[in-house]
Amino acid sequence: MPLLLIRYGEIALKGKNRPFFEKKLHKNIRNTLKGLEPFQVTFEKGRFFISITSENISQAQERLQKVFGIISISRAARVSLDLQEICIEALQLLKDNYKPGMTFKVNTHRSNKSFHLTSPKINSTIGAYVLDSELDIQVDVHNPQLLLTVEIRNKGAYLYAEEAAGPGGLPVGVNGKGILLLSGGLDSPVAGWMALKRGIELEALYFHSPPFTGEGSVNKAVDLCKVLATYGGTLYFHLAPFTELQKQIRLNCPESLMITLMRRAMLRVAEKLAYQRKAGVLFTGESLGQVSSQTLENLAATNEVASLPILRPLIGFDKEEIIDRARKIESYDISIRPFEDCCTLFVPPHPATRPSLAELQEAENMIPLKELEESCLGNIETIKILPRGGER
Amino acid sequence: MMAREVYLDNSSTTPMHPEVLKEMQTLLERKYGNPSSLHRLGNDAERTLSSSRQLLAEQLGVKSGEIYFTSGGTESNNMALAGIARRNYRRGKHLLTSKIEHPSVLEPLKKLEVEGFQVTYLEPDRNGLLDPFQLAETVTPKTILVSVMHVNNEIGTIQPIAEIAAAIKRKNPQTIVHVDAVQSFTRLPLSPREQGIDVLSISAHKFHGPKGTGALYIRGGILVEPLLAGGEQEKGLRAGTENTPGIAAMALAARLNSENRKEKTAQSKIFKEKMLSSIETAHPWAQINGPRKAEGVPNILNISFPGLKGEIILHALEEHNIFVSTGSACHSRKNKPSHVLEAIGAEKAALDGAIRMSFSCMNTTEEIEYAASKIPQVISELKAFMS
Repeated sequence: MPLLLIRYGEIALKGKNRPFFEKKLHKNIRNTLKGLEPFQVTFEKGRFFISITSENISQAQERLQKVFGIISISRAARVSLDLQEICIEALQLLKDNYKPGMTFKVNTHRSNKSFHLTSPKINSTIGAYVLDSELDIQVDVHNPQLLLTVEIRNKGAYLYAEEAAGPGGLPVGVNGKGILLLSGGLDSPVAGWMALKRGIELEALYFHSPPFTGEGSVNKAVDLCKVLATYGGTLYFHLAPFTELQKQIRLNCPESLMITLMRRAMLRVAEKLAYQRKAGVLFTGESLGQVSSQTLENLAATNEVASLPILRPLIGFDKEEIIDRARKIESYDISIRPFEDCCTLFVPPHPATRPSLAELQEAENMIPLKELEESCLGNIETIKILPRGGER
Repeated sequence: MMAREVYLDNSSTTPMHPEVLKEMQTLLERKYGNPSSLHRLGNDAERTLSSSRQLLAEQLGVKSGEIYFTSGGTESNNMALAGIARRNYRRGKHLLTSKIEHPSVLEPLKKLEVEGFQVTYLEPDRNGLLDPFQLAETVTPKTILVSVMHVNNEIGTIQPIAEIAAAIKRKNPQTIVHVDAVQSFTRLPLSPREQGIDVLSISAHKFHGPKGTGALYIRGGILVEPLLAGGEQEKGLRAGTENTPGIAAMALAARLNSENRKEKTAQSKIFKEKMLSSIETAHPWAQINGPRKAEGVPNILNISFPGLKGEIILHALEEHNIFVSTGSACHSRKNKPSHVLEAIGAEKAALDGAIRMSFSCMNTTEEIEYAASKIPQVISELKAFMS
């Protein structure tokens, strides 16, 4: 069966944690390939090898390019540790990628030091063998059009001519669990993606206000989670009913504080959910100063209500950068679907940019906040979202 | 809550008539042949096709050879506009239409402008009505085509198409008159010959037929360039294997929906008046968009609640199993105000707070009574909380 060779990066550096990280990555790789059976994942010092049928190999490669922790993926050929066989395979690889007059270079890594030739020696042997063939081809060690990599390892030699970049980062799950406050917008899915990239296992929390927001808005949030699940694997989506809280705030509190009060309520609910789900951190898509409710004062006002850390991966991003990233991770087209969500519903004409804590607390005393938040939390509906298609 | 849904979005699409559904199912199961095939199954399908063509032609009082089957209203409109303009440009490059047409008319016209045609877009009055004389004044010897919709899908205005056609022909007898009759066919009397219509679009799913099927009437002698290149179907004007089951279902739906037209219209009128009076009694601040009772069709009611948002009203009604639309379904997914309401001069608050109810003969008195009592209630609840 054809073979994929996977290189992983950062995790190789992490001393004693390494086996733990490798185990997670191994599991994540197996999970992402579900449905593409039969396949086999083997592991050998610094590399994963996946043998898989040729009809599924492209799809497998595509999926693996979204698994955090992976640095690159190559379609490789494996031969035994025999110089003649290595040379024959090298020539075959060049023929597969052949254009008349092309230049190439052989680059050998010999991690198996018991092999009888050194890397430079192997390079020159293969080079000579290839140049001896009928191919119209030249060596260029500085700017080769084709780089042929040969890895001499304990169980055999691996040869490959191309490398597709993986997403880098750390395997999802190695850094614990977080709750992402998801809105239907552009920012929060990107924030979630960045959390996943740093090895956080995510669950998403979405507030909806039926009947003011329709099923379309919920479907949009679910679709965004499906995108995140293609990177992070199975993901729990929590749908929290926000109507009563929103109504009470709207009817009893100063209009200019509405957005900040809503955010505070959401974060309190999110923190309680985090404790229930054994998550240790909250993520939001806020950046600094993007809209008038994202002033330092407003961030402080939301920070104040939770004792868990609230991380904002987009804090230093410009809108353009967020949009770029959203396009890359393919959340953009979903985010721009125009459904009302509960935050855009009652945007006051002039939100307070510098509310004081005293003002906010006074406003919160005007409504039965505790009961409302308890009921919101108690009525959360949870959906399990699988990476490809399914949900339940 | 009503157990069944109360569907008041019939201008977007209609549920299929049970008999039509049954007919289509039978055809899909048994008459699957390709009308172009030479064997018996092909001949069967061909016979079904030609009897459907005949039935539809009779509804319109035209020759069956003047009916061309398409995939629906959008294709019919595209074929009429682009097909006629591209084939007749030697006579002139001026086209004429109104600002309140359906996107399937406006968008092809935009493309034709890029191709070098000049298009004049006439403004309607506050009720969405076009003035035949103003239209005729714009017609020049270079005007090859005028496109006017019979009934507006958003506000229900009925255009005086016979007067419009007559005024245009007086000015330039060569000008071809296209009518988008997607909303009116089967509901209002239509006879292209009498009314001076040269080309006419219809769509099956607007009159309890299946989606994906429509037709274009093209008066004999008018030259049209096909949109699709391919087989010889529809005399070379519309390549692609005919959707025989859909076409037969459309012809049946056309006949069924035209039956007892007077009674159906009278019933729609009662529905609309019931709805209107119950809303206006509770909410005198509500504003009707488009024509009041007499000038509009009885099955469309477009009404604004300034200060509320249409989308929120829609979802609030959905909770009670009542299904309406904001503007027209085709652009209600864009957060863009309706071009029709803009063209008739609606204010911003009215644009944002508009909902459209559209009835059909499949609605029952019970449903309308339920909706007419529920809607004012829901509006009161939303108003207390939103404005």
